[in-house]
Amino acid sequence: MKHLPSRSSLLMAPALAWLAALMVVPCALVLALAFFRRGIYGGIEYTFTLENFGLVFDPLYAGIFLNSARIAGTATLIAVVIGYAAAYAIAAAPRRWQPVFLFFAVLPFWSNYLIRTYAWIVLLNREGLITQLLRWFGYTGEPPSMLYTEGAVIAGLVYNYLPFVILACYAPLSRLNPELAEASRDLGASAATTFRRVILPLTVPGIAAGAVFVFVLSIGNFVTPALLGGGRFQMIGNLVYDQFLTANDWPFGAALAMALIAIMLLVLMAQALAANRASGHAAQVGGDTDG
Amino acid sequence: MSEPRTLLAIDHVSKNFGRVTAVDGISLDIRENEFFALLGPSGCGKTTLLRMLAGFETPNDGRILLDGRDIAKTPPNKRPVNLMFQSYALFPHMSVRANVSYGLEMERLPAAEIRSRVDAILATTELVPFADRKPEQLSGGQKQRVALARALVKRPRLLLLDEPLGALDKKLRGAMQLELKRLQHEVGITFVIVTHDQEESLVMADRMAVLKDGRLLQCDTPHAIYEHPADRFVADFIGVMNFVPGKAATDGVVAANGARISGKVPATLSPGASAVASVRPERIRLFPEAQTANRTTGTVEALAYQGLDLQLHVRTPLSPKPFLVRVTADAADRRPVASGDQVELGWDAADVRVFAE
Repeated sequence: MKHLPSRSSLLMAPALAWLAALMVVPCALVLALAFFRRGIYGGIEYTFTLENFGLVFDPLYAGIFLNSARIAGTATLIAVVIGYAAAYAIAAAPRRWQPVFLFFAVLPFWSNYLIRTYAWIVLLNREGLITQLLRWFGYTGEPPSMLYTEGAVIAGLVYNYLPFVILACYAPLSRLNPELAEASRDLGASAATTFRRVILPLTVPGIAAGAVFVFVLSIGNFVTPALLGGGRFQMIGNLVYDQFLTANDWPFGAALAMALIAIMLLVLMAQALAANRASGHAAQVGGDTDG
Repeated sequence: MSEPRTLLAIDHVSKNFGRVTAVDGISLDIRENEFFALLGPSGCGKTTLLRMLAGFETPNDGRILLDGRDIAKTPPNKRPVNLMFQSYALFPHMSVRANVSYGLEMERLPAAEIRSRVDAILATTELVPFADRKPEQLSGGQKQRVALARALVKRPRLLLLDEPLGALDKKLRGAMQLELKRLQHEVGITFVIVTHDQEESLVMADRMAVLKDGRLLQCDTPHAIYEHPADRFVADFIGVMNFVPGKAATDGVVAANGARISGKVPATLSPGASAVASVRPERIRLFPEAQTANRTTGTVEALAYQGLDLQLHVRTPLSPKPFLVRVTADAADRRPVASGDQVELGWDAADVRVFAE
């Protein structure tokens, strides 16, 4: 990377100060907390220990990590499939309608996260809208139990983060020269082969960006599993929340939070590395371009 | 020479988009192994016609017969026709070799055959040193050759080229015109090129079709179209033409000032109807012999040497626009003229074409 001129460093200073004060310092404090012992009646006993990190790998808690990863992964997969399809449809629409469709796709984002999640409770409740709709169609049996299930949590996560995927996939899809797909058809490829060999590879960066977004936000989420999952320890977010606010075990909560941050960083780094390799390769070979 | 065989017959093809008629009942035959040009101003329907030949648009009416079989409704991946796109449409994530192999992979040919055919076409198009490059690492001329190689390697019955030289600079364009013609001869594939550049089609095409507003105006060899344009529009669009407006007579046109331009009048023009007499700049002589059929005097307004010849703008009483006259440098040397000189112009009746106005 190039050295930034001093004027740009100056412009970046407020943002860096903000990040340092509200991100780096609190994180460092939480990290420090993780190395202390829990006091007998809550509170913190300032003696050094690695016990908290050991406990993270306890099958009980490691299982919750795996469960979180599974739920976040499922939500990511569903969001990517639905979001890519929606982005594809929007990019294929007439140019002047595209901003309108995008606006509607992102519209839920302008309302409060909690309210949106509560709306799902109204939908999935035992006597909620879906049950009533079923009754209206003549269903007389037991109301289906949809709320407080893993499915409800996944549905909530997908719903909340779908706009990210749509926006991330729309960007490369809308920039794609439509003649590339025509060229592929002209050269003998079916529509399916054209999608697999031309359209999909050229839009993978958008999919990756959207997927990482959904996964990282989902795996640490605690509001959705708390409200739609029925408050059971389904995801790490809830566990961390519980350690800090209910169990009063701040050091263990801190260790769990650090483990979560580590997972997120790994995912983000993997994506950055992959993206870098894709563009870095081109730049490297591009050095000797001179026809 | 044996009778040329018709490869593609376009039979009363029409295409409209909503209320706009892009192609209006065009019929024309394209022969085996010829270099055919579809020429016209933008919006004349040439690109729509090309896209129908490639399979990206379906005609509302008419048939497109390739080797006698109607392909009007055949999807693009199922017809032995390939298109070289104006934007080239090279796959940016694939190397030159992968771009060129793509079409053969779609035919599920054995890997060894794909390899040898790709190698051969890369050699023909002088792309071997660039085989492993990505399109973004190529110059405009190289990209154009990749697009050509990618289409040619499929050995189509018909190769369509959409403004193939449009993205190149003028000097490269001249070289590529001859290069394309050489390649076409070498591979023995029928080329159909779409262009708005009349000079380009005059240079490259064996035969050409002039289109306007979705209709076919004329289809013939460049020489025949240049010498015998079908109407006033074609006469004006192809090359440069001097027009004298007036009224039709039995043996010529009477200009506004009463002067008579002798020439053959088409039977469809009744005497007294609005008409134009026209003559090419290179058919006009300076200081003609006394017995020359058509003569006028004028004032030289401007002149320009162009190496081999001299171009003059001469103001005459015959038309509101100055005449463009092209004489050889030799003739100009024999009797030099300068701006402001009075000159005499003359041309033969045989070189006059008369059209309805």
